[in-house]
Amino acid sequence: MEQIVVNGLYLGAQYAVIALGLTLIFSLMNVLNFAHGQMYVLGGFITYTVVSQFHLPYIVGLVTSAVALAVIGALLERFLFRPVIARSKREESTMLLAAGVAFFLDAVTLLIFGEKQRGIPKIINGVLNWNFIIVMPYDRILIGVLAIALIAGFIVFMQFSRSGRAMRALAQDRMAAQLMGVDVDRYSMIGFALGAMLAGLAGGLLVSITGVNLGMGGPTSIKAFMMIMIGGAGVISGAIAGGFILGMMESVGLTVLASYGDITYLVIFASLMVFLAIRPQGMMGKPWG
Amino acid sequence: MKIRSLLTTTAMAAVTSLALFGAAYAANPVLKIGFVGVTSGPAAAWGTSNVRSMQTLAKMINDAGGEKIGDKTYTIQIVTFDDQKDPKLSIAGMEKMAQEGIHYVVGPNVDDGAAAVRPVAEQNNIIYFPYAFPKSLYVKPASNAVLGMVANYQSAPAIYKYLKEKKGIKTVAFVAANESDPLSQRDGGVEAAKALGLKVVSSDVTYQVDTTDFTPVLLPVLKTQPDLLVLSGVAPAAAPQLIRSARELGYKGLISTETAQDAKVLQEGAGKLANGFISVGGASTPEIASDQMKKFVATYTKMFGEYNDESNTKVYALEYILDTLKADPVAINDIKSFKAEMDKFTAPNPYMKGNEKLSYVGMTSFGQKRQISVPLVVNVFKDGKFDTLLVARVD
Repeated sequence: MEQIVVNGLYLGAQYAVIALGLTLIFSLMNVLNFAHGQMYVLGGFITYTVVSQFHLPYIVGLVTSAVALAVIGALLERFLFRPVIARSKREESTMLLAAGVAFFLDAVTLLIFGEKQRGIPKIINGVLNWNFIIVMPYDRILIGVLAIALIAGFIVFMQFSRSGRAMRALAQDRMAAQLMGVDVDRYSMIGFALGAMLAGLAGGLLVSITGVNLGMGGPTSIKAFMMIMIGGAGVISGAIAGGFILGMMESVGLTVLASYGDITYLVIFASLMVFLAIRPQGMMGKPWG
Repeated sequence: MKIRSLLTTTAMAAVTSLALFGAAYAANPVLKIGFVGVTSGPAAAWGTSNVRSMQTLAKMINDAGGEKIGDKTYTIQIVTFDDQKDPKLSIAGMEKMAQEGIHYVVGPNVDDGAAAVRPVAEQNNIIYFPYAFPKSLYVKPASNAVLGMVANYQSAPAIYKYLKEKKGIKTVAFVAANESDPLSQRDGGVEAAKALGLKVVSSDVTYQVDTTDFTPVLLPVLKTQPDLLVLSGVAPAAAPQLIRSARELGYKGLISTETAQDAKVLQEGAGKLANGFISVGGASTPEIASDQMKKFVATYTKMFGEYNDESNTKVYALEYILDTLKADPVAINDIKSFKAEMDKFTAPNPYMKGNEKLSYVGMTSFGQKRQISVPLVVNVFKDGKFDTLLVARVD
């Protein structure tokens, strides 16, 4: 049981980081960013290139991924999403645009980084083995701690910084925030860049554990959407809760249900359908948006 | 003005390139060979190594002046279609090949795609070379599909027998992705292990294709303490992570698979933890690679920046098609002649040292010659490269 809990916490921490960026973009701009998984993959490939190709320290790879994805996110918001939102009142316009961006990023990633699975050397060697009750490699522990630190840092930023307060105001009521003098365009761009940066950082963190390949984008987006549906779309604490709940469900399911075949995600999806039928806004979301 | 100038320059460069390409091969008639398979999405690696192998070989042939078939010398053109691992698109791809008048197609890469294209191929006189294992594709009344590799129900018995005799394994556990190909390979592996008298201690555990953390997946499997852990039909993307998780959980036994893997991917993803990993490969290890194989690897690397070890087996399909056409040039437009030639075809294997031969096999498994004879080379990974463990022959 101890091992199941530890696996769940580790999975939850990495899932929560992935979900944070997605929910941030949704809360600020009402955009369902279907390209979030592709941004995660791009972040992983950038860290891989910096570390394995240019032989620079891992931290440089992480920072490069964060900066590159933040720039890409800002450019996407400024030149694609902002004009579309200004011209079209239909929500599906931004959804289609996001899907298009996902396909585009997939194609670009294939062209630049190729079709192969990529990975970087282990950051720390060794395995924590507590009498075979808990077995956890040190690099996973480090990545788990980094992910939790990132989540904590993000919460502090959103709570106490000027930009964070402005983005929270924007998320609560766009019109009211504008009337109170918040530069909506500026903070929308910062928010989108921050969301993309979180996806890139998550990719950079996990490339040291899981590696990265072209096909990870779509499934990552699906899992991220599941997390924010559980926690409540557009709610930061909901995304974190959703990440940890999904991680724990996956860990428990894969162990307890192993003898019944691969039904863990079947059970998770069925549970999610029942849950959403009862509470469509998720755990922490509001029914009115 | 600058944009207009840039566009003009780009357009002129494109036209010039096309003109030069056309002029280079203008003298020869063109022989189109098709590819229908997956070159995007999660399984892109499988089809991409196929396409690149074909394009590499075609370039080598075209650069040498073309392929002489009968009294004509042809420029080889590879026509590709990405089916995105979707059977509906596989059908669309095969229909496109038919519209282009192509009679020989490599692919699809997976079971359901290969099954889906069968009616289209049969109605349009197309011989296709799938990388899919269902026997129904190759036994009569089916006759247009030719298995492009060694099936796991052929390689598994050879590998397990070797490990039983040489390494003394007694118990085996299987883990597979929850997809048709890996699951059917797992079932074949379980059958083969039992037939050899090995005890199968776990075979129920499967995982989602998009799994990124294999620790929870492997925990129940490794509790059974198998001598051999078989990663059935494992994709190159998942293999290093599975190996790494198993070793980090303290597993000391052998790990093997019956699919082809890439040494660099294993090295990057698992490093020294992948040492001793057994997989099926082709003919690029130094012990058995011919000069032609080395030239192929060099050309591939030059064209695409990096070689993919999966291409060790995927180089063969186009070679077989062209060599069979050379043996009976009428077959270029007549697949009945091609089928007749398959029964007696034999040619030197240019990719292996020694007197190895190319021929069609499959009488034992399918009752007719509907498989290309690819050497069953079993490799063991060590410090970033593959060493040959054993070489066997399949029929």
